[in-house]
Amino acid sequence: MIEIQGLTKRYGSKLAVDRISFSVGKGEIVGFLGPNGAGKSTTMNIITGYLSATEGRVVIDGHEILEEPTEAKKCIGYLPEQPPLYQDMTVWEYLNFIYELKKAKTASRTKHLETVCGMVKIGHVKDRLISNLSKGYKQRVGIAQALIGNPEVLILDEPTVGLDPNQIIEIRSLIKSLSRSHTVILSTHILSEVQSVCDRVIIINQGVIVADDTERNLSEKLSKDKRYTLRVKAPQTDALTALSRLERVDSVRPHGQKEEGVYEFLLQPKENQDIREDVFELLRERDWPMLEFKHNAMNLEDIFIRLTDPAVAQSISKANRKEEEQSASKEKRKSRRFFGPKEEKEEESK
Amino acid sequence: MTAIFKREFSAYFKNPIGWVFLAIFWLFCGWGLFILVSAGYNMISYVFSNMIIVLLIGIPVLTMRLMSEEIRMKTDQALLTAPVSLSGIVWGKFLAALALFGVGMAMTVVDFIILSSFASPQVSIFVGNLIGLALMGGAFIAIGLFISTMTQSQLAAAILSFAVILFFYMLDGFASYAPWGWAVDLLTSISFFSRYNEFTNGILDYGNIIFFASVIFIFNFLSVRVLERRRWS
Repeated sequence: MIEIQGLTKRYGSKLAVDRISFSVGKGEIVGFLGPNGAGKSTTMNIITGYLSATEGRVVIDGHEILEEPTEAKKCIGYLPEQPPLYQDMTVWEYLNFIYELKKAKTASRTKHLETVCGMVKIGHVKDRLISNLSKGYKQRVGIAQALIGNPEVLILDEPTVGLDPNQIIEIRSLIKSLSRSHTVILSTHILSEVQSVCDRVIIINQGVIVADDTERNLSEKLSKDKRYTLRVKAPQTDALTALSRLERVDSVRPHGQKEEGVYEFLLQPKENQDIREDVFELLRERDWPMLEFKHNAMNLEDIFIRLTDPAVAQSISKANRKEEEQSASKEKRKSRRFFGPKEEKEEESK
Repeated sequence: MTAIFKREFSAYFKNPIGWVFLAIFWLFCGWGLFILVSAGYNMISYVFSNMIIVLLIGIPVLTMRLMSEEIRMKTDQALLTAPVSLSGIVWGKFLAALALFGVGMAMTVVDFIILSSFASPQVSIFVGNLIGLALMGGAFIAIGLFISTMTQSQLAAAILSFAVILFFYMLDGFASYAPWGWAVDLLTSISFFSRYNEFTNGILDYGNIIFFASVIFIFNFLSVRVLERRRWS
């Protein structure tokens, strides 16, 4: 449905988006995650044709956004970061305008607009001036605007900003219900939103994609180095030495006294080793009661913090540059093959 | 294009701008008629030659917010991501401003009817005047729209448009002081008002019509290029 290849955007010398490639299938909900200034909005603006990429292609339902802009844009409903609302219009006038602007084709205009109003629950404010609406309602009018004409692709830039918790839940379930018939890309910096709505997460930082996978796969991949927290009733130094003597344990870090005579330790096993039974046996031998023993799985928040470390983005960007150089030198070699001296050609034919 | 035309045209009446423009326009129409009637002339062209002042004040008011407001409020994101071409956007806005200008010009028809009730002004001269004013107004609207696409600030757009129209207003004066023959030729050839004056004299010269039409097309084309360029920067 959406095909993005090698998208690059430069603002002067600043590289805002660096060779982003991904594709989104029909009916998928993809969460676009990243810290402020990571390039989320720029990427969305390029996908919707508001900005042009310095390099790269965006293909929407088979239409290249620069070659067939009208066809491509007909498939897209876009909610920008700041909803594009005309303050001097009423909600109803505005939605009518958008309907005409998008050249939407539905059986009945009034019915379609009323359905959209019902979906985002703005039916009761439709005769009010947009300038008099609260931020939450403006946001909902913005979402309504994106839904007009039933576009197959929805691109939503922070759709739940400015809404109260109840509204957030409503909008999330609306987005989820839309996914049956639509393809959705939504950007957010609210992690729980991604968890509750999206099938797939793309994390972007400093203009490069640092991760693109389902949330579950991401946490599994990243938590290969499983760590355990152990809380035990035992003298601290004795426990520390005993635990670190265990064969499969790589390191033990004391984590302080939690209750009277109860200490906590962080255990790091050697690679791919299961230490649970060893720990249990040790404690039974020494007669130290185990009060807590748990595996520290990474949640999305940890993943996010880990992946948005600038070093990760820099290494990817460096790899990009290297690849570029390589392909450039390959081209050079190719051209030398065609136009270069005879001996080289002969050598090759041998 | 129709959607944009309709929105822009109705927007003029939702905020004071449209009303202010019409008030200025109609004030000068009435004033011109008053002078004509009290002096006992039937030269309808007099009303039209006064209109230069209306253009000077009115056109910047008309065009200042056309694009700059969209850019500032980021509503251009809705326009540019909709299945509409850039030239559709520019022409829709241009025609909306021209339509409001036309509403203002309709008052001169009232002037003409009143005048013809007790004198016999020439219809051909009146029609020539209408065409001339519409063309010159259109040319200035295209220039004002072009200036509006270049800035987020309505005030800057208005002042700059005012300065440009003032420049054309004073161009004939500059031309007569120009020290070189070729400079005189150049300046008089781009003078809007000597061409407009031919219309007010009832002369319908194709060259003049083509001149104004070209100005309209060139500046609307430039506006499209500016919007296009914004996308790449």
